[in-house]
Order: sequence, then C-alpha cells, then structure tokens
Amino acid sequence: MKIPNRLARNARQFGTFAVFVVLCAVISILTPHFLSVSNLLNVAQQTVINAIIAVGLTYVIISAGIDLSVGSILAFSGVVMGQALGAGLPLPLAIAAGVAVGTGCGAVNGLLIAYGRLPPFIATLGMMSVARGAALLVTDGRPVSGFSESFRWLATGEVMGVPVPVLIMILVYVAAHFVLRRTKFGRYTFAIGGNEEAALLSGVPVRLYKLGIYAVCGGLAGLASVILTARLNSAQPIAGLSYELDAIAATVIGGTSLMGGRGSVVGTLLGALIMGVLRNGLNLLGVSSFIQQVVIGAVIIAAVLLDTFLKNSKR
Amino acid sequence: MNERPALLQMQGITKRYPGVVALEEVDLEVRRGEVHFLLGENGAGKSTLMKILAGAVQRDAGTIIIDGCISELRSPREANDAGVSIIYQEFNLVPHLTVAENIFLGREPAARLPGLIDRARMEQEAQQRLTELGVVIRPDAVVDDLGVAEQQMVEVAKALSIDAKILIMDEPTSALTNQEITRLFHVIRTLRDRGVAIIYISHRMEELHRIGDRVTVMRDGRHIATRELTSTHLNELITLMVGRALTEHFPKVAVPAGEELLRVEGLKRTGVLHGISLTLHRGEVVGLAGLMGSGRTELARAIFGADPVDGGRIWVRGKEAKLDSPRAAIALGLGFLTEDRKRQGLVLGLDVTANTCLANLDRFSAAGIVSPGQEMAVAKKLTADLRVKTPDLHQLVVNLSGGNQQKVVLAKWLCREAEILIFDEPTRGIDVGSKVEIYQLINRLAAEGKAVLMISSEMPEILGMSDRILVMHRGSIAGEFSAAEATQEKILHCAVGAKAA
Repeated sequence: MKIPNRLARNARQFGTFAVFVVLCAVISILTPHFLSVSNLLNVAQQTVINAIIAVGLTYVIISAGIDLSVGSILAFSGVVMGQALGAGLPLPLAIAAGVAVGTGCGAVNGLLIAYGRLPPFIATLGMMSVARGAALLVTDGRPVSGFSESFRWLATGEVMGVPVPVLIMILVYVAAHFVLRRTKFGRYTFAIGGNEEAALLSGVPVRLYKLGIYAVCGGLAGLASVILTARLNSAQPIAGLSYELDAIAATVIGGTSLMGGRGSVVGTLLGALIMGVLRNGLNLLGVSSFIQQVVIGAVIIAAVLLDTFLKNSKR
Repeated sequence: MNERPALLQMQGITKRYPGVVALEEVDLEVRRGEVHFLLGENGAGKSTLMKILAGAVQRDAGTIIIDGCISELRSPREANDAGVSIIYQEFNLVPHLTVAENIFLGREPAARLPGLIDRARMEQEAQQRLTELGVVIRPDAVVDDLGVAEQQMVEVAKALSIDAKILIMDEPTSALTNQEITRLFHVIRTLRDRGVAIIYISHRMEELHRIGDRVTVMRDGRHIATRELTSTHLNELITLMVGRALTEHFPKVAVPAGEELLRVEGLKRTGVLHGISLTLHRGEVVGLAGLMGSGRTELARAIFGADPVDGGRIWVRGKEAKLDSPRAAIALGLGFLTEDRKRQGLVLGLDVTANTCLANLDRFSAAGIVSPGQEMAVAKKLTADLRVKTPDLHQLVVNLSGGNQQKVVLAKWLCREAEILIFDEPTRGIDVGSKVEIYQLINRLAAEGKAVLMISSEMPEILGMSDRILVMHRGSIAGEFSAAEATQEKILHCAVGAKAA
C-alpha cells in the first residue's frame, strides 16, 4: 500500500468535500439561481448559527461526550443579553454577559460530567430543560425585542462585501481549527476521547479539561445567540429548539466519530454547509419542507453508514 | 476405583495463534464422577484447552470424544448439547434479571401462548435445581442483590440445568470466604457422587488434596503428566509445573544499587492490598512475581495514584510524598507502563508523536500552543533510539505491531524523563525479537540510574532480569529473594501460598 499517508489519513475529509462539491454541482445544474453570489451568501448566512454551535459539539463529541443543551443555552443566553441591552448596558458588556451565561451553563454541564460523574447524555438533558425553563422564567415567556442599529449591524452589516455573521463564523473556525490541531487543549481533547484511561495515566488533568470543553461548547452557543438575536431583532425564550440535533448532524456528517477520539472542525464546517446547501437547494427547487426533513435525515444516516462501512473494510 | 470409564477423551488437541503455539498435541482424559484438577503456570494453556472444550475456541487439530461419541464442538451451543458446561472466573450472569431468569436464559419454558414465558414453571424448576444443590436462594431474587458465593451457586445451577455431564470450573474459589468454599466443596462432592465429571482449574495448591481425585499438569501448551492425587506429593507437582531449566537468554547486566528512590510502607487497600512495604534503588530492577489476581497490578496502580488507598506512606527520593493522582506521581518522576497497552497505555487514534509527548506536553508548548517542530524532534530522537519501526512519525499507533506499541509507551515515559518506572507485563504479546530489545532497554534504564519495578508472570523473565524479587500472594508480599538465591520452585511456593510468609 503506497498511498500517500497524508491523503489516506484524511480520506474521510476529502470524501465529505467531494460530496459537498457534487451536491453543489447537481443543484446548480437543476437550478441556475443556486450559484448566484446573493444566493451563496444566503446559504452562508443560514449556515452560520448551526455552524458555530456545531464547533462546540465537535469538541464535545471528539472528547467522547454529547451536549443536548446547546439549543436551550442559546435561548437563555439570548434573553439575558436582550434584557441587559434593554436595561441600557453598553453593547460590549451585554454581549459579554450573553456569552458568559452560555459559558456558565456549559461549565455546569462540565462540572456535573467531570466531577459528578454523570453521563453526558443525562447531565445535558437536564440542562436542556433547566436552561429553557430559565429563559422562559426571566422573560415571563415573552420575547425581548427592539434593539439598536449598532447591535443589529452584527447580523446585517458587511465588511468588504462579506456579511458580518459569515466573518464571525470564519474567525471561529480558524480559531477552533488552530486550537484543535495546535494546542494542548486540542490534543487533550483527542486524548480524552480516544482513551480516557490512558490520558489519565499519562497525567492529563482529564476532569479540568472536560469542564473546559463543555464550557467552550456553551460559550459558542452563547455567541451564536448574539447573531441570532441581532438577526431577528428579538431575543426569544423559545429560540433554538432542536438546534442541538442540527449541530450533532453537521458534526457527524463531517466525519467526527460519536465514539470519540476522531474528528475535525473542517469536516464539521463541510457538514454544516452540506446541510445548508441541501436545504437551500431543495427550497429553490420548490420541494416541500416535509420532504426536506426526510432527505436530511437520510443524509445523516448515509454518512454514518459510510463511516461504519469504511472502518470495517479497513480491518 | 481406577476402572471408572472415561467420560471425556481429548486427543492430540492443537491450537496455533499467529506466532504462538498455544496447545501442542494435548491429551486429556476425564472420568465419570471425578474432580479432575488442571494445573499449570499462567500461559500453560489450561484456559485455551477449556475454551476449546466449551466450544468457545476452535481447535486446529485433535479429536474430542464425549461419552463414546466424537464431538465437533463448533460453538458453545454444541458443547452444551454434548453435556459440557463451563463456569468462567468472571460470571456470565445478567445482573438485573432474577435467579430463575438467569438460570433459564435462552431456554425459557414456553407458556401456552407462543412468545410468553411460563414464569411459574420456570421459578419452580429453578427452585428444584437450587434445592438439589442444597442452597437456599429465592428464584425470584435479583442476581445483583446476591453475594458472590450465591451468584456462583446460580452459575452452578445454570450449568446443571442443561444436564451437564462435564462441568468446568475456572478458579471457582478466588472470591469466596473459607466458609463459602466449604459449602462449594460440599456441592462439588454431591455432583461428583451423581456421576458428573468436574474439571477444576485453580492456583490454590491447598485445594488439591481437599477436593481433587486426579490432576493433569500442563506446561508451555503441552500435557506433562496425569497423576492420582492420593499418591502424589505437592512438591512433585510443583517440579512438574516448573519443569524446564532456563533456556532463554537474558542480557542481564548487574548495576550496583544506588540511593533509595522509592519507599513504600504499609500500603493498604481494603480487600486488595494488605500492608505492602517495598523499596526501589537507583540502578535496580526489582521483579514482582505472583499469580494472576495476587494484587500486583493493584499495587502498581496504588503506588501510581491511579486507585485510592486506605493507608500507608510513600517516600520519593527520601521525601514523603502524597501520590493521590497519576498527575502527582508523574510530577515526581514516576512512570507506569500498563499491562494493557491498548486500553490504558496508548491513545490508539493519535499518532506516534502525539503519544510520545502525551505525558509531557508542557515541555513542548508555550501559552498552551504546542510546537510541532519541538515535538517532532524529540519523537524522532526517541523512536530512533528505541528503534520503533514506523513508516513515519505521523503513523497512528493503532497500526503498529505490539512490540512497537510497547516501545512507544516506553518512549512516552522517557520523554517525560521518568526515573521510577513500573513495568506491568512488559513483554506480554510481543514477539521474541522485540522482547530482547525491551530487556536491553530495561538494562539501559538501570545503568542510567533509574529504578525499575517489573511485574511479570513469566518466571524466566523474572529470574533473568531482576536484581531482587518480591513475590505477592493474596494482596501481601509473601517473600523476597535476591537474584542469587531465587529459584522457580521457591517463587512458586511463595506465590501459591504453600509456604508461610
């Protein structure tokens, strides 16, 4: 076997990329509107929220965990930020408060999982309900609306023709990729997910890093809520319903293993884009949203089936 | 009495694994109504032979005759049908089901409506089996709520519910109290008198004459001897088990021992370790011998801070230390090469470089950012030094051979510059060539003034590599020997508890 090693090791990523390209090609043949600049920016805009949340989930899933609470955390962060803005807090402080709430919720998840030894599924399932309830509680169930132009710029503004949310997403991905590949935090994330016992016996402070991973995941949900709130000009306590499932789907389509220890943020970005392009393309083609759900579900299953198949054929 | 007919005849049983012959032309003959001991050191082939009989492993050659019929035993089910039942050391019970449900798992009596279970009949029959064994256990009790001895009786009842003619028991007393053992032996005698043949594997020599009728000794995958126990002395059996002279070559280089690096006093862990004391000096290789389950790995984990302890003190380089986590132990220069490389030693999905640097990532990072250049440089040096065979430094360790994986684990600790190294079965599952290399590395570490505690089940390795040998038996140090005075017989005596500590 003389396949260049680098290529072989990243086969899954190239595969995801190929699927993405083929998908784009097929859709652009079926509908010429797809490749227009405005539509592509539209796709990117629509993908941003899911893509940012999915980065957090990629970290969590690589560490062999799961986070079901990101959708609720997004709503809770959003309404806290909305109320802070309403109370006249300066913009940067209000945004920081929103992100901090997300990070805090994530840290609580991490505490429960790392120090309370709860299964991640249970801890974050609980948080999913707690954060949602908290969001409804602080707003009395009503959306917080009407924000300043400068805040809304975060969703509607452009820098050199690139929408600000897309720019934020790009920055998040560059940073997340760097952290995952080049820092201790990233290395330990892989080590914990790949073999927690070995990591522990190698002196990795496993619990501390788990706490950090969930905190980051919560913080990114908080960041996503900033963009969503600015876009809707409203912070909704019922925002983000089932966003966690979209984020998990993007992560899995991108080749991150639910067993932990394997994955990449580049793959996750492709996964999120595949989902975005699929939705957009099916919309352009006038396919009903019911059928869209069926198609996206099928894609998720196909991605994991492919992974399983590739893994078995290697042995 | 000798004229009882043979119930089981295994002839010329051979089993090869890649690179190893596990069994070579082994014969075993077991009679109706006898307790037949199977004796041998770890790795002698007892378990493989029994797994073949139980249909869990397929033989490469040989014939098995049960009750006059040639039996293929291609699956556990076929073995059951032929009347063979096995009770493994680790029980195979479903903890949250009841006693009756466990006994009849997969063979539930059907009710009149298809798919439904006749619960009343199941519990009644379970009750009957348990009564026959003379034990009082409610058939509707949940297995998880039972004690170990009771669970074992459920295993026995389950084994007998298929009308077993041959019952294999692997270390059945390892977790039992003396009283429970007496009761188990009573049950075994009852079964024997009913004509069941019992094949009994145990490391406890004292049980031989209490319950056994005959014994077969195995060594290195071969049948050595079968004897009547009434006319055989324990010492003769130990000699048969050990048998060979040392044939392998160990490149042992003795280094004068230097200052004390590690001192452990009275280390306790309830039910596991009973007050262990030991010392390690610079330049010393201390062998830790003992049978499986004697607490060697548990001792290593306790010293390394991987398991909590209930008492005892530890000094490192003369200063008392609190090793309450692997992190704390590593910070003081300890390294632990675990028995199970794949599950505890390596992150298989990471590459050679990442694994090598895992325990010392701080050294290669500033402000949390890892420098790939520095990492690669050190990994390159260590892999060359240890002669790790890998196409490149980005190869995932899952793709390396066992010997090379072990070298990567070693590289990890050398990268950390650990001085007190605990090796748990360093050459298990490694080919002969790599073994010698690992031995040479251990010598080199000692020569550099490091201290090595080497846990091993391979007698020749213990005798060939150690400056000093500690022997564990049931959670205590049962004996200590210098390299000069140690022999296989002495160590084995200690390890089986045949000699008072």
